[in-house]
Amino acid sequence: MTQSKKTGRKQQSPGSSALDRERLLRLYRQMLKIRLFEEQVNQLYLGAKMPGLAHLYIGQEAVAVGVCEALRRDDYITSTHRGHGHCLAKGASLDKMFAELLGKAPGYCRGKGGSMHIADQDTGNLGANAIVGGSAGIATGAAMSAKMRGSDQVAVCFFGEGALGQGLLYEEMNMASLWKLPVIYVCENNQYNEYTSYRETTAGEVAARAEAFGIHTETIDGQDVQLVHAKSLTLVERARRGKGPAFLHCNTYRFHGHHVGDVDRTYYRAKKEEEEWKSKRDPVKLFAEWLQKSEMADGKLLDQIENEIATRIKEAVNFALNAPYPELDEVGQDVYA
Amino acid sequence: MAKRTMIEAINLALKQEMEKDPRALILGEDVGKNGGVFRATQGLFDIFGETRVVDTPLSESAIIGVAIGMAVYGLRPIAEIQFEGFIYASMEQLASHAGRIRTRSRGRYHCPIVVRLPYGGGIRAPEHHSDSNEAYFVHTPGIKVVIPSTPYEAKGLLIAAIRDPDPVIFMEPKKLYRSLREEVPEEEYLIPLGQSRIVIEGTDITLITWGAMLQPTLQAATLMEKRGINPEIIDLRTLSPLDMQTVIESVEKTHKAVIVHEAPASCGVGAEVIARINEKALVHLEAPVARVAGFDTVMPLPKLEKYYLPNAERVAEAVDRVLNF
Ligand SMILES: Cc1ncc(C[n+]2csc(CCOP(=O)(O)OP(=O)(O)O)c2C)c(N)n1
Repeated sequence: MTQSKKTGRKQQSPGSSALDRERLLRLYRQMLKIRLFEEQVNQLYLGAKMPGLAHLYIGQEAVAVGVCEALRRDDYITSTHRGHGHCLAKGASLDKMFAELLGKAPGYCRGKGGSMHIADQDTGNLGANAIVGGSAGIATGAAMSAKMRGSDQVAVCFFGEGALGQGLLYEEMNMASLWKLPVIYVCENNQYNEYTSYRETTAGEVAARAEAFGIHTETIDGQDVQLVHAKSLTLVERARRGKGPAFLHCNTYRFHGHHVGDVDRTYYRAKKEEEEWKSKRDPVKLFAEWLQKSEMADGKLLDQIENEIATRIKEAVNFALNAPYPELDEVGQDVYA
Repeated sequence: MAKRTMIEAINLALKQEMEKDPRALILGEDVGKNGGVFRATQGLFDIFGETRVVDTPLSESAIIGVAIGMAVYGLRPIAEIQFEGFIYASMEQLASHAGRIRTRSRGRYHCPIVVRLPYGGGIRAPEHHSDSNEAYFVHTPGIKVVIPSTPYEAKGLLIAAIRDPDPVIFMEPKKLYRSLREEVPEEEYLIPLGQSRIVIEGTDITLITWGAMLQPTLQAATLMEKRGINPEIIDLRTLSPLDMQTVIESVEKTHKAVIVHEAPASCGVGAEVIARINEKALVHLEAPVARVAGFDTVMPLPKLEKYYLPNAERVAEAVDRVLNF
């Protein structure tokens, strides 16, 4: 379950030996891309360049990347209010992401949706969703469509543990199990629903809720990208072979506030707890250390990767900052066919 | 007398009603320790404790569901839904149950819940955080719909809503939570539900509005007054039940009317107001009643939000159209 509490282990993740170096480095790149993207988003917000708000994914990168790297481009995901990580992990363009966040016309939603309104048909991303638990139906339906069309696509439904409060999720899981749909419910348990510990809002055990429907369930350490990835490969494969849905419960942590403006947090979670996670359970750092210890990469290579990504991000932000806003007469577009 | 914001006025009303009525309790997501996403319930958890200021799971439909049960059996629950866009999962509870319990029991049971619902745009919030969805509730029999337009109004209307024997959706214009201060007495006062108010008396045209749209309507009136036009402005306050008498009397005097609301025009509450004016006062009208409203689209955020929301210029244009008919 939580093997990776110790850092620097070599062969603990099942399946990790099967991953070639390129693949491992790609996991790292993807995680770092999300990390640097989100840090930039925070800067834009603090600099009053970004309207509205955003929920940062920092701290949870191993989940989105571990899962999405087990998917094909034509597999589906549905995302959440904390969705930038999922979108990027599934292959979204940095330019269009930043443009959307800044309300600019080249954005994914033509700058008319913002942080929680990003969908990307080209990468199978059925969309972020500002309604907690709101995409349980969409993901399950996408899986049903895949099954009925006889394609071997798989759908992944990402949600935070807060969504466990929504009845829709259970109605959908029941159907998915009855009809053996190729859907994987990925519950990212970052310990808090907004400003309340999940223990105060969630009775019983999380995994038991999916098990009650006869859904194959696993609870894992969501900070260990190799573990998340290996498990996801197995579950995706299983779903593709028609073996039905799965529920992957990942324990993780958001390093920042609930949203960019949530700065004073001590009344709902202790500074010490935050520091512990940041210093000992940072998925990006843990993986960087592992890559070095196992001689997959040296510090120089990791620096080079970081510089490349930082440059790309700078370019994308500049692109978005210089892009035009949508025209006023677009206001009625895309409401009907 | 102290000048207060709307959020402070709401907080005060909640506190005073909770002190006065031991049956009153608050429930919702993050309303307790956190004090609510807009801080409407700030400090109340410390005063009344966790049994009367209840942090719930993230379950809108169950929040309204248990509120109904508590209300039917002797309590006065005040539920908070964080944003108007999150209420749809509870619509089943509201439409199928809350609004029908009185009729279903032929008047023996009643369901005195209050649902506090921050609504509306103008704060550059994201999708599902900016809508003006009052018409759904107005269309639901058995439910009252109240929308305050200033801090003073918010306190008096909220106290009336809490004491009302029927379910009340109390929609709070989040744009006005902190952008406006006015004198709000510490002492208790009530503004009865079902009575609209004349904000400015005038003779030339009737402007009918509610909630956050009162501000641009007042600004439009200033523009008009400079040109020698004296509008009468009516704040409906309660959209269900709708006090048409004030409106009809005004229209009989001015012979012209414009309705201003931020919800999409189609089937917005403005349409109902027009229908009722036509039923009662058609012969007094000198021009068709005009509407200034949001567009029939999903709220376009963030840059087009300003364009979407009615403003003083759009109201003034509509007034000109009606006057020059
Ligand atoms: C239906 C609904 N209710 C309430 C909210 C407000 N809200 C946004 S995020 C959130 C907490 C979500 O917690 P969780 O699902 O665990 O995700 P996390 O934020 O921890 O990533 C709440 C209450 C919402 N967006 N949708």
